[in-house]
Amino acid sequence: MSAPLLEVEGLSVRFPTRNRVVEAVRNISFSVGREKVGIVGESGSGKTMTGRAVLGLIRPPGIVEARKMQFDGTDLLALSEREYRSIRGNRIAMVMQDPKFSLNPVMTVGRQIAEAYQVHTAASRSEARLRTLEMLEAVRIRDPERVFGAYPHEVSGGMGQRIMIAMMLIPDPDLLIADEPTSALDVTVQMQVLAIVDDLVSQRGMGLMFVSHDLNLVASFCDRVIIMYAGQIVETCKASELHKAQHPYTRGLLASLPRVDQPIPRLSTLTRDEAWKTEPGVDARIL
Amino acid sequence: MTDHAISHGRRSAWLAWLTSETPSSRMQARCVQWFLGWLGLARNPLAMLGLAIVLVLIGAAIFAPLLAPYDPLAQDLTRRLLPPGTAGNLLGTDELGRDILSRLLYGARITLYVVALVVFTAPIAGLIVGTVAGYAGGWVDVVLMRMTDVFLAFPRLVLALAFVAALGPGIGNAVLAIALTSWPPYARIARAETLTIRNSDFISAIRLQGASPLRIVIGHVMPLCLSSVIVRVTLDMAGIILTAAGLGFLGLGAQPPLPEWGAMISTGRQFILDQWWVAAMPGLAIFTVSLGFNLLGDGLRDALDPRSGR
Amino acid sequence: MPASSDTALLIEHLDVRFGKHEDEVHAVRDVSLSVRRGESFGLVGESGSGKSTVLRAIAGLARDWTGRISVDGDDLGPKRTKAFYETVQMVFQDPYGSLHPRHTVDRTLSEPGRIHEVENIDERVNELLRDVGLGPEFRFRYPHQLSGGQRQRVAIARALMLEPKILLLDEPTSALDVSVQAEILNLLQRLKAEHKLTYVLVSHDLSVIAHMCDRMAVMNAGRVVEEMTVDQLRRAEPSHNYTRQLLKASLGYDRAAVDALETFD
Repeated sequence: MSAPLLEVEGLSVRFPTRNRVVEAVRNISFSVGREKVGIVGESGSGKTMTGRAVLGLIRPPGIVEARKMQFDGTDLLALSEREYRSIRGNRIAMVMQDPKFSLNPVMTVGRQIAEAYQVHTAASRSEARLRTLEMLEAVRIRDPERVFGAYPHEVSGGMGQRIMIAMMLIPDPDLLIADEPTSALDVTVQMQVLAIVDDLVSQRGMGLMFVSHDLNLVASFCDRVIIMYAGQIVETCKASELHKAQHPYTRGLLASLPRVDQPIPRLSTLTRDEAWKTEPGVDARIL
Repeated sequence: MTDHAISHGRRSAWLAWLTSETPSSRMQARCVQWFLGWLGLARNPLAMLGLAIVLVLIGAAIFAPLLAPYDPLAQDLTRRLLPPGTAGNLLGTDELGRDILSRLLYGARITLYVVALVVFTAPIAGLIVGTVAGYAGGWVDVVLMRMTDVFLAFPRLVLALAFVAALGPGIGNAVLAIALTSWPPYARIARAETLTIRNSDFISAIRLQGASPLRIVIGHVMPLCLSSVIVRVTLDMAGIILTAAGLGFLGLGAQPPLPEWGAMISTGRQFILDQWWVAAMPGLAIFTVSLGFNLLGDGLRDALDPRSGR
Repeated sequence: MPASSDTALLIEHLDVRFGKHEDEVHAVRDVSLSVRRGESFGLVGESGSGKSTVLRAIAGLARDWTGRISVDGDDLGPKRTKAFYETVQMVFQDPYGSLHPRHTVDRTLSEPGRIHEVENIDERVNELLRDVGLGPEFRFRYPHQLSGGQRQRVAIARALMLEPKILLLDEPTSALDVSVQAEILNLLQRLKAEHKLTYVLVSHDLSVIAHMCDRMAVMNAGRVVEEMTVDQLRRAEPSHNYTRQLLKASLGYDRAAVDALETFD
């Protein structure tokens, strides 16, 4: 495999508070190629902060440190805020959990997407409109003309998330960071949204960093899985081999899931071992 | 040395008790909550300055007879209009030879009296009207809030003027006028808070326990509205003091020879160019106390706001 | 569905509407269900399917309903009585929103006791805390000092204060991490056995329903599209296409299956 799209080595994210320093991410290394990489963990595992750190979205007093953070030949650590802005949204895009908070409520959906396109390209207005309609169709919105003129409150949650994805994908990014993009959606809509992203990865060769708490979903959707616990990567494996996971934390998480297909008298619960926090993390790079 | 060690040990035991994560009684839980709130406030130096000013005001009011060098009403026409710094009259004297410092100290009593009376009437009335209107909804809400609007429509000073004109000048009527004009904003705040609280799950939960509306409003809704009302009251305090002073200045509040700060400015006005201190000293007092309440209110807002998620 | 003596909860032709005139939402349409004493009944559906509204109508939190709801053979009127609250209690979805932020655990738990003049409130509170797996050290804490799972345990303890027979569970674990979800589900199953409770569990997660329940109803757009036993679900025998689709989607992502998805209104 050629050089990965994103390579991160020794990333740490810390937040100093009044009494102590909260270490949200502790010295993790991973890479994302033109593939679907799932980052799984429970709340507080640092998975969201990892995504935000790559995008340069950690604000002071948060501290980001890394030995290396390279995106397609560019050293992200050396970028100024201005240079970061030209990459963010253009070459690295992010989809967040709740579309309602990410869309401007007083601007039509179409104008927002078209503007996102115009910011990063020198396209004319009519060109941007055309591309927008194409994009809305690509995310399987049945009546793109109507949705183009609609305001965010006039569309459903599933539609809103598809619009967000259209907006993020219109500049044709190389890497998409999706933070729980579907957990607010119904299962069937969730599947449709994932299918769109899936097709983009396979057709355009985009890289995907899929942050989620849902083990089943990540196992069936992604190519590779990174499991985070207490700010560290405790395990990484092929998604198809997640059921063979070795680390007691991963095994514990898998065992605690209720199942549709077979009755379980009592779910096994996770006993957290303090040693997991001190053992060295796993390097999840594929070079 | 051992004495010191023991007192130190006792101190840290108290501290541990006050910051315990696992209080063992209702009383301790409440104390811990208060103490953490206090720590939050104490972190803010401006709020502490505000608190200090307010405490000085209270101290001055309580101990005025001990602190004041002269009787605030005693006239001495041989010592008229002495400048600040004159031996025996630190802040100078006014046109009747009364010691300004003594008058200011006794004036703190009047200011505090006005403030206390307003604080114990208007916010409580506002809180009750607002929470009941917000929780009950329907026609109760409509009637109560239209009433509030009527009072809100009058400018405070103008309505106060009308009241005093009708009832006659005097400190009691001034307080009544101020109280009657200052409750509507509290009702509005309390109602707005109640509307967001009303539909939350914890209110549904207590309704499902069979709690009566009265119990819900008093025990569950009011405590959550209280902090925003307290903050607003503290911030309004400056306005209340100024209104009282304004009424005094217009001769409709406290009547001479009472050493009310507004009235003092009013008389000092005649000498403002040559004997500036007669008006400036009470002005400075009003300014400082207003500032103190404002700073304290700002700090309380940061410390008490439930949304700041302490 | 005739009400027999072992029917704990009977719902017939329930309709619930919100709003007025043009804005009216017909959230629940002609729903009939019966829940037997001691069973766990699941209501599954996607958002907006009306599943939570059914629970809220039973609890008396949704007012504008028509039809018949009867608990233990007694028909409910528009107003709920004290006796009703002693029979039926509810656990809410969001443990962060269902506890009063300024009340200690102690106050939250003892308040229902005070309203209903229960004796030995102090002992009951300690007993309940032990029952839901929280030690006495939690008694005087505030919600912001508790984790999501601990809060949900407190909410469950509160629901048990009046020793109800029927517990309405509105997505009790959907806001929690999976490992915490397992703990709460285990707790609910133990409490059910110990207190001989009847559960009505609402969830969007088929696996939670399958794990917890004996029978279930699938709701879509305010209607019950299918009622079946969990065994039927396990054998993948749903008869309605909607249920089949839901089952398929809950098993994980499958690119080929997505194109076959239908919309049901």
